[in-house]
Amino acid sequence: MSSVHKMKEGYLNILGLAPAYVVMLFMMVIPLGIIVYVSMMTSDPYGGFISEFSLDSFQQILFVTDWDDNLQLDLQYLNIIGRTLLLSLITAIICLCLAFPVAFYIARQSASRKALLLFLVMLPFWISMIVRVYAWVLILSDNGVLESVLSFLGLVDDMDSLLYNNGAMLVGMVYSYIPLMILPIYASIEKLDLRLVEAASDLYANRFNTLFRIVLPLCKPGIVAGIILVFVPCLGTVLEPMLLGGGKTMLMGNLIQNQFGVARNWSFGASLTLALLAIVMIFLMLQALRASRLKQQEQ
Amino acid sequence: MSLSINDAVSDNISEPMNTTAENTPKRRSVRKNHDAKHFPGFKAVTVLFFAFLYLPILVVIGYSFNENKIVSVWHGFSWKWYSSALQNDGLMSALQVSFTVAAVATFFATSIALAAALVLSRGKNVKHAPVSEAVVNLPLMLPEIVFAVAVLILFSQLEIRNGMLKLILAHTCFCIPFAFLPIRARLKGMNTNLEQAAQDLYAPPWTTFKLITLPLIMPGVLAGAMLSFVISLDDFITSNIISGGGATTLPVYIYSLVKQGVSPELNAISTLIMAISLLIATPFWFLSNRK
Repeated sequence: MSSVHKMKEGYLNILGLAPAYVVMLFMMVIPLGIIVYVSMMTSDPYGGFISEFSLDSFQQILFVTDWDDNLQLDLQYLNIIGRTLLLSLITAIICLCLAFPVAFYIARQSASRKALLLFLVMLPFWISMIVRVYAWVLILSDNGVLESVLSFLGLVDDMDSLLYNNGAMLVGMVYSYIPLMILPIYASIEKLDLRLVEAASDLYANRFNTLFRIVLPLCKPGIVAGIILVFVPCLGTVLEPMLLGGGKTMLMGNLIQNQFGVARNWSFGASLTLALLAIVMIFLMLQALRASRLKQQEQ
Repeated sequence: MSLSINDAVSDNISEPMNTTAENTPKRRSVRKNHDAKHFPGFKAVTVLFFAFLYLPILVVIGYSFNENKIVSVWHGFSWKWYSSALQNDGLMSALQVSFTVAAVATFFATSIALAAALVLSRGKNVKHAPVSEAVVNLPLMLPEIVFAVAVLILFSQLEIRNGMLKLILAHTCFCIPFAFLPIRARLKGMNTNLEQAAQDLYAPPWTTFKLITLPLIMPGVLAGAMLSFVISLDDFITSNIISGGGATTLPVYIYSLVKQGVSPELNAISTLIMAISLLIATPFWFLSNRK
């Protein structure tokens, strides 16, 4: 190839990728830099921030200043971070317990039924998140659908609202993210050699042993991928805590949202955003490390 | 749902040698108990799972036809909440904003994604291709709330006040990976013989692209465009944070209604937006499954 032709090709490559790079630079990289900058500035009580260096916003995550200007440990935000991690973990575990049998069942069907069932698994994803969360508000609220059905059946007389607590958020989160668990597990079961299961049974393993010593270990990559796919988005989830959780049961997502809304504390919001980003990055990095270690083992 | 096809059918499919004449139904059920690949209870969990997935949606649809103003008490069938929803000015203007933003953002996101996908799968001597691929998929790696906060601060620093412009810029950005992935998958799975034949017959690169590559990847491009349209239409987190400046999208409008409490009209609006999303989703499924 002549060098002129080569140069033209190089230009084409750059020209094709340039728009994507420009958008990502201006809409993702620079804004993230601005978040770091704002987190180190002083918050303006009227919204926005003042360009005055201060690390108060990071300090605010852990400490509160009392009347004598002494720092005192303040657990309220740490509690929210802890609750976010715990609820995300429980969501991932519940999703796993539900999704594994479903994925296994779907993988054993005929090709056309597989396609239909996978379509049905993915279909709710096309429905707006707000509508899916609203459906649970309708079901769980005071005098809501669940209460009227239960009282119609004569099971309850008068029941406390099922909304605005950790349980309601958990239901909403499992409901929103469970398809993300099914798909990777389904993919790993598809790759599984089912003759191994038969071999285990020929060697007098019962179903329990076959499941826990043959099938589950072989599906581990899919299970790990599913847990990451559910756990990580849960950390930043906003709508479930806003609509299903109450003011006393906040998660990081709506805590951050509040700092840029009613609370008007941009610097604190920015430092919380960085904290969330750091937690997400730690988990993604652990997963990347694991993946590269597995690759090395295979070679 | 067609979950009720009996187990014997699926049993036979996975074990085709098990179709001899002596296979009476009774024998078959004995065999099923001995089939190591059959785990009892998995089917029940699957049925429960689909009920869990679809009952809440069906409850919203069902109660949207409830005549009673008190949402949870059934009073009789009625279309009246739909007609009152369609006469709601707030809803109509939100619908208009959402569709405009989704259409413009989809156009830009799909064009940008198409250019990037073509370079990454057909370009010669592309340097640092994995890095470029990661850059295009950047919005998928961040939690959306982080992106929302970041663009909120950016727009306030640049003093961009036009609500429509803010929405279009933000939506274009996070739609790019959703447009990119189906196009890239299509290009990867496609045989390059026809393109090579066109080049052997001295077709200039642009002609090859226009007459051969583009028609072949069209299902992928359409699938990408539909996916990004729905992602934009359904987005709440980013649109809610940057809303203001006279542009409220449909999900943000619905949120403001949910805050006021459940109402039958809200059920009707939710059903309408579900219908729109599903009308776009079903062709997507067929397009992306077409070989």
